[in-house]
Amino acid sequence: MDRIPILKMGRYLLVTIQVDMHDQLAMQLQEDLTARISRDSAAGVLIDISSLDVVDSFIGRMLANIAAMARVLDADTVVTGMRPAVAITLVELGLALEGVHTALNVERGMTLLHEKVAARGG
Amino acid sequence: MTEARPSRIPDLVARRGGDLLSGWLAQQRAAISAHAALISDAELEDQSKSFLDAFRAGLASGDLQDIDRAEWADARNFLRDVSRSRALQGFRPSETASFIFSLKQPLFDLLRKELAKDPVNLAEETWRVSTILDRLGLYTTEAYQAMREEIIVRQQQELLELSTPVVQLWERILALPLVGTLDSARTQVVMETLLERIVETGSEVAIIDITGVPTVDTLVAQHLLKTIAATRLMGADCIISGIRPQIAQTIVHLGVDLGAVVTKATLADAFAVALERTRAKTPGTPLAAR
Repeated sequence: MDRIPILKMGRYLLVTIQVDMHDQLAMQLQEDLTARISRDSAAGVLIDISSLDVVDSFIGRMLANIAAMARVLDADTVVTGMRPAVAITLVELGLALEGVHTALNVERGMTLLHEKVAARGG
Repeated sequence: MTEARPSRIPDLVARRGGDLLSGWLAQQRAAISAHAALISDAELEDQSKSFLDAFRAGLASGDLQDIDRAEWADARNFLRDVSRSRALQGFRPSETASFIFSLKQPLFDLLRKELAKDPVNLAEETWRVSTILDRLGLYTTEAYQAMREEIIVRQQQELLELSTPVVQLWERILALPLVGTLDSARTQVVMETLLERIVETGSEVAIIDITGVPTVDTLVAQHLLKTIAATRLMGADCIISGIRPQIAQTIVHLGVDLGAVVTKATLADAFAVALERTRAKTPGTPLAAR
């Protein structure tokens, strides 16, 4: 079965979503990611969704959940590369992803992650 | 109508077309004399001639009741074109409809001369002419109205496009000066253009200036908050500037929570904050130096 690969870069985990997200895949990602954060004691997670052009409320909530879970496991989450249409959809669905940090692209997302982790004294 | 006698109108119009045209033209010139500048004599004559031809073709069907028939298609299409061009030229609806209605008088005159000795038939034929011309006249008005509505829709669209400029003030800083009332349709356009431009320019800060927004109600405030939330999801920050004192009062009275949003009095203040923020991250270079 499909899995979304999780890459380790130093103290950060990198996830790029390049396929259409379906619910099963999202659940699997949530499980894999929490396991990896705990195993590698990662300080931050970067999720790039620049190739994602359709979201529903489930995926939206899943992103928020992953961020919340990572937070509990002592890691910051940055979501990068969200497309305008996706952002509008999420807002219309009432999912403003309050607890999630966002950045325009992966490069800036990494910078932001460094800052956040440094601010926590990590 | 249950009369058995075939109408003599088609034959009459075919035979006396020339007289009819000149009589009609005289009527029309009298009716639109105030707007003589809008349409030239030659054009009027041309239109009248073309319509008479189409009218004759329609009459040849023998049906003087139902203008939806295929035989009347030419007349209908021609009238639609005339109505459209007149709507664009600035004619009023009544003047446009009078194009058809002014045909009544000359046609009645012809009938009267032709059927002077047969009053019963005359009344019948007059009624027929009246009916068909009324229908054609109403059709003209409808076409005119449709054209007007088309124009209004197009203008709304143009206004919408004109009213949402997103300008780049500096590297990674966008400004969105809003002028006029924000409704749902406009917010949608505003949001889309802003987000697209953020991606295009890779901007980190967007300043929404609402100096030109006359009133802010709960709906407008909600639209603003939505735009700000969407911008944040894209990874950029929003600053609102130009909130006038009255609007600040309204916002608080309405209980709208702008707590999480950075607000500045003027666009200049907001720009200063935006510069600071983008400089803090990387040493800024002005656009020209890139």
